[in-house]
Amino acid sequence: MIDPAKIRKDFPILSRRVRGKPLVYLDNAATTQKPRAVIESLVSFYERHNANVHRGVHELSEEATNLVETTRAKVASLIGARHAHCVIFTRNTTESINLVAHAWGRKFLKEGDEILLTEIEHHSNLVPWQMIAREKGVKLRFIPLAHDGTLDVDSARQMLSPRIKLIAFSALSNALGSVSPIDKILAMARSIGAKTLIDAAQWAPHRPIDVRAWSCDFLAFSAHKMLGPTGIGVLYGKEDILEAMDPFLGGGDMIRQVFLDHSTYNVLPYKFEAGTPNIADAAAFDAAIDYLRGVGFDEIERHERALLGRALSVLGSMPEVEMYGPKDLDRQACLVSFNIAGLHPHDASTAIDLEGIAVRAGHHCCQPLMAKLKIPGTVRASFYLYNTLEEIDLLAAAVSKAARFFKKEEAIA
Amino acid sequence: MAEGDSELQDLYRDVLLDYFKSAAHKGAIAEADIHSHGVNPVCGDEIEISASLTKDGVQEGRRLARLRYSGHGCVISQASSAMMAEAMEGLSVAEARELARAFKSMMLRETPPEALPERLGEARAFEGVRKYPMRVKCATLAWNTLLEGLKAPSDGAASTEFKEK
Repeated sequence: MIDPAKIRKDFPILSRRVRGKPLVYLDNAATTQKPRAVIESLVSFYERHNANVHRGVHELSEEATNLVETTRAKVASLIGARHAHCVIFTRNTTESINLVAHAWGRKFLKEGDEILLTEIEHHSNLVPWQMIAREKGVKLRFIPLAHDGTLDVDSARQMLSPRIKLIAFSALSNALGSVSPIDKILAMARSIGAKTLIDAAQWAPHRPIDVRAWSCDFLAFSAHKMLGPTGIGVLYGKEDILEAMDPFLGGGDMIRQVFLDHSTYNVLPYKFEAGTPNIADAAAFDAAIDYLRGVGFDEIERHERALLGRALSVLGSMPEVEMYGPKDLDRQACLVSFNIAGLHPHDASTAIDLEGIAVRAGHHCCQPLMAKLKIPGTVRASFYLYNTLEEIDLLAAAVSKAARFFKKEEAIA
Repeated sequence: MAEGDSELQDLYRDVLLDYFKSAAHKGAIAEADIHSHGVNPVCGDEIEISASLTKDGVQEGRRLARLRYSGHGCVISQASSAMMAEAMEGLSVAEARELARAFKSMMLRETPPEALPERLGEARAFEGVRKYPMRVKCATLAWNTLLEGLKAPSDGAASTEFKEK
């Protein structure tokens, strides 16, 4: 069993106060806090190992290169990738998806092709496809949202055709917390020979990944949502597909030989890593993975289920609270998305913030989803391994107080 | 007042909540001389302002005869829209511009609330919002959107767009 009191000691920021009250950090779907080991790893890199990678023959350069490559191998083992060179470092999930849209989409999509997305996608798994679709004359289609807050895969079956060349979807919705029917979608893709991209930005911090079991073609996630530093993201791709793709950005590190009029490209993964990479953050990401593995994803899941269960029951029993998403422990994970009836989510979250509780309010980079739900946005409280049941109760108390205040002021009916 | 409500009370002052509830200037003007649309991408808040101008005089001297707004947003943006609409009617284009700038400069802490023109006396109620930089944009959305609209050519056909960062 996770002992949050013990875990919290590893996160220096969790002992600070906000607005005169102890910080309650429930914005983990946006970014997570960092354990001391990650912070120390960053400091240690700059104090002891700082050098550029892959170029120098001097000792420091070799150390820096080894640190980045150690993380790459660890990421590969974390997600079950057979080869470390199929793990490409990017800045974040968004850049990973853009890399696929440009380097794969530009080369392999043609007019009349279709890309199947879902109605719950984060803008980062929608806008890159809109851009490439416009350029190439490709049609975007969407797996619809069902009334229970999950994806309506059955109705998506009717859209299937050989024209669909890619199905790109998030494993876990950042706006509703709904868990996607990953296996069903992957099976649909296989039945029509479409490539698959899984946006695992919300999944990777909380649940184990096995890209060989999923047999997905691409998978993207960010270190900063899983205890790691900002500015380092991952794109996993199947080796043959990555090999067949053109480079994304041109420049240093991604080349083999350069002539004035042409160049030949480096091998994987460097073909996709132009310029000096984010060395320090890549090195420190290693410590985040060690930390998560030390706790164990089984334990993390058990703890988060308890937190979600408490949130669904205390917030769900408040008449003034409207909850979105499946509201079910088997189909929802890690976060609750809700509104206080009659109150704009920004007013609600400001009132909650005044209690020292950090939640996110707004459209969560999912404007089409909010339009479908006919709401301007929601308040989102998202959990992680260091949150406690008491913090969920503090959130519920703050929600209740906000509802009372605005009702008393007759601002809401 | 319940214990611990003081911060909420300071932010959401009574005047502000009264304006939030007011429907006096909500709506749209069909034959508008000014039409301006504003969006705050941070929260998705949206406002549409339409206004008719008096016919006399040159552009800067024409007066805002009627001003209406519609859209959706938080208590702060809606209250601010209502207060703006009330304060603007009857002003010349030049005066309206000046008043909007005075409000913005108060919100951006360039001037103290006491320096607000008498016509905007009640806008002091937004003082509490200044402590929350993320919410200042909620308060200034309507005013920025109107300022864009005031740039529209005098023939009145054009509509403008204000895009918050």
